[in-house]
Amino acid sequence: MTEIKLKQVRKSYGTVKVLHGIDLTVGAGEFCVFVGPSGCGKSTLLRIIAGLDDVSSGTIEIDGETVNNVSASSRGLAMVFQSYALYPHMSVYKNMAFGLENSKMPKPEIDRRVREAAELLQITDYLDRRPKALSGGQRQRVAIGRAIVREPKAFLLDEPLSNLDAELRVTMRKELAALHAKIGDTMIYVTHDQTEAMTLADKIVVLQSGRIEQTGAPLDIYNNPQNVFVAGFIGSPRMNLIEATANQGAEGWTLTAPNMSVPIPNVDCLTDGAHCTFGIRPEHVSIATEGSGHTKAQVAFAEQLGGETYLYCDVEGSPQITVHQPGQLPIVKGQTLALNFALENMHLFDAYGQVIVNQVTR
Amino acid sequence: MAESTGSTWSIATVVTARRGQNGLHWSDVFSYIYLLFGVLLMFGPVIWLVMSSFKTPAGLIEFPPTFLPLGQIEVEVEGYDKPLLLFDVAMEDGSTKQLAQVRRIGIVSQMVDPENPAEIFKVPIDQRTKVREFRLATENYINPLERFNFLGFLKNSVIVTVIATLVTLLINSMAAYGLSIYEFRGRNAIMLFVIGTLMIPITVILVPVYLVVTQLGMINSLWAVILPGAATPTGVFLLRQYMLTIPKDLIEAARMDNASEWVIYSKVVVPLAMPAIAVLAIFSIMWRWNEFLWPLIVLNRSEVYTLQVGLNAFQGELDVQWHYILAMTVVTLIPVVVVFAFLQKFITTGIASSGMK
Repeated sequence: MTEIKLKQVRKSYGTVKVLHGIDLTVGAGEFCVFVGPSGCGKSTLLRIIAGLDDVSSGTIEIDGETVNNVSASSRGLAMVFQSYALYPHMSVYKNMAFGLENSKMPKPEIDRRVREAAELLQITDYLDRRPKALSGGQRQRVAIGRAIVREPKAFLLDEPLSNLDAELRVTMRKELAALHAKIGDTMIYVTHDQTEAMTLADKIVVLQSGRIEQTGAPLDIYNNPQNVFVAGFIGSPRMNLIEATANQGAEGWTLTAPNMSVPIPNVDCLTDGAHCTFGIRPEHVSIATEGSGHTKAQVAFAEQLGGETYLYCDVEGSPQITVHQPGQLPIVKGQTLALNFALENMHLFDAYGQVIVNQVTR
Repeated sequence: MAESTGSTWSIATVVTARRGQNGLHWSDVFSYIYLLFGVLLMFGPVIWLVMSSFKTPAGLIEFPPTFLPLGQIEVEVEGYDKPLLLFDVAMEDGSTKQLAQVRRIGIVSQMVDPENPAEIFKVPIDQRTKVREFRLATENYINPLERFNFLGFLKNSVIVTVIATLVTLLINSMAAYGLSIYEFRGRNAIMLFVIGTLMIPITVILVPVYLVVTQLGMINSLWAVILPGAATPTGVFLLRQYMLTIPKDLIEAARMDNASEWVIYSKVVVPLAMPAIAVLAIFSIMWRWNEFLWPLIVLNRSEVYTLQVGLNAFQGELDVQWHYILAMTVVTLIPVVVVFAFLQKFITTGIASSGMK
């Protein structure tokens, strides 16, 4: 059980700044997921924790000990690479034993650990094979096995599932979650896939352009995004984000956007005529009876998945609105619908993209 | 097509492969003529060399030359000390007789019948043809190997080639490791500098290197041949370019796996760079085996001669002993041919990847 603490970690390559002061604590036994778009610095952050890259400034602590000047091999962490990085000239057994041999562990102990890990990951049958003779999923298991045998202080996983096909990715995701439940070690997992983040994490760290946008439990981030970026990034399909103007009328506040008008209860820190953005998740948009509703939209595209239906609706002058409804709806392309936004699930952001409220309740 | 996998093809199927299902297609005829031409072009000189190496000195200077090593039959004739050469002679009466030549005077040769040595015939030289048989002049091989210590030369060459190749592989792969795996300022500048030394011909540095070798007291020892050429820019370049293609993740995975730099070098990078190392090994063997100018300069005593220098000894200022040179050339060719035969797959990939041979 290991706690990893980052304090004001900065990293720049020449004049290009990649990380701008990251403060983060990954608790012992926690499954922490770094998520963000490509180029946001999440992999760099992981490599810094691993010791493969140096920091420009700031400190990294593992169990209270500053490890800035400790080499990657001595930090006691194990890493699973996106490409798996299995040694192609060694058998699966050798691949897993390599790290242990380097630390001069007695042979019987190596053998015991490798066989135990192989058992756990169900790769015992392939121990004599070369990585070339394995499928993607099996290689993935070997890569994880190579990390497990070392009994590291923490696991670092760099987009480990991104090279697998969709079906296998779901399976491996479940297995990873089960594995974490079983061994209970601290894990840091990097991904750009917010579904993986939501399903696996105890704690999600959303990164953008080298800054932490928000840290929190998956549902907390889902329900209470702190800014427009997090709101748009977490959740699939993404949240509808509509730029609007707040107007104070005789009957209270109204958010107006082209062809759209949403009356809302009084919200603090909103000034008359202020620019703001409101966000509403697809599942919180409902279809209203004709003549009522917050807006009128034309269905541009309908996806009937059987169990659920996605509608992509055009509103003139405003961005496309995604609607998610359970069941099968008798709606066809081109149809005009009245849409209602559930105010208790509406998020309101100010002109700078920071949250004002996460539930605009009446 | 299950048969089209390489392993099930015998040499016979490949050699007799043709396009026409029944009989020969015109392209089959064309292909085989072309291939035969290629074989002749490539192997003609080599086969001629091997054949000639079995000829006697007389056979070598004969005109018109013969393809097979033929020797003229000599007979002992009573009353003559030396054996005499045997000829078929067309006699004036139209019959053909085998006579031995005693001596030749201008265009007439004096000949005797071996059965009846008392009688001397005078025969115009255009009336006689040599009586020859297929005979291998194996003394071309045996004499140099016994009398001229060619086995010693062979041993020296083997020592030089093996040790120099091992040293070359070790230090070149280490240099390549440093220049490919580590990232540091000036890495490319150093690489450029290394490649730049390729442009300096050996003749330019001959004297300075000779002076260094002399100062180190290595003249007339095999180290003088082995060490100066051990670090080759071509080798460093070849290995470095190959090592650059090894995924960086593997090196980092090894670092995470607690591997020391030596372990990363010896257990990860070198095994993965084996194809390139094999290519360099082949090149190094061929370079070292055929090296002539430098050994000629630093090896002055015949005990330390390598094969190539030893071969040169047959080439006097006035007299060239072609029969020995040819025979020993064949001997020096054998190892290179063996290397080629067994490692040709690596050689072709090596040439393809490095653009040199």
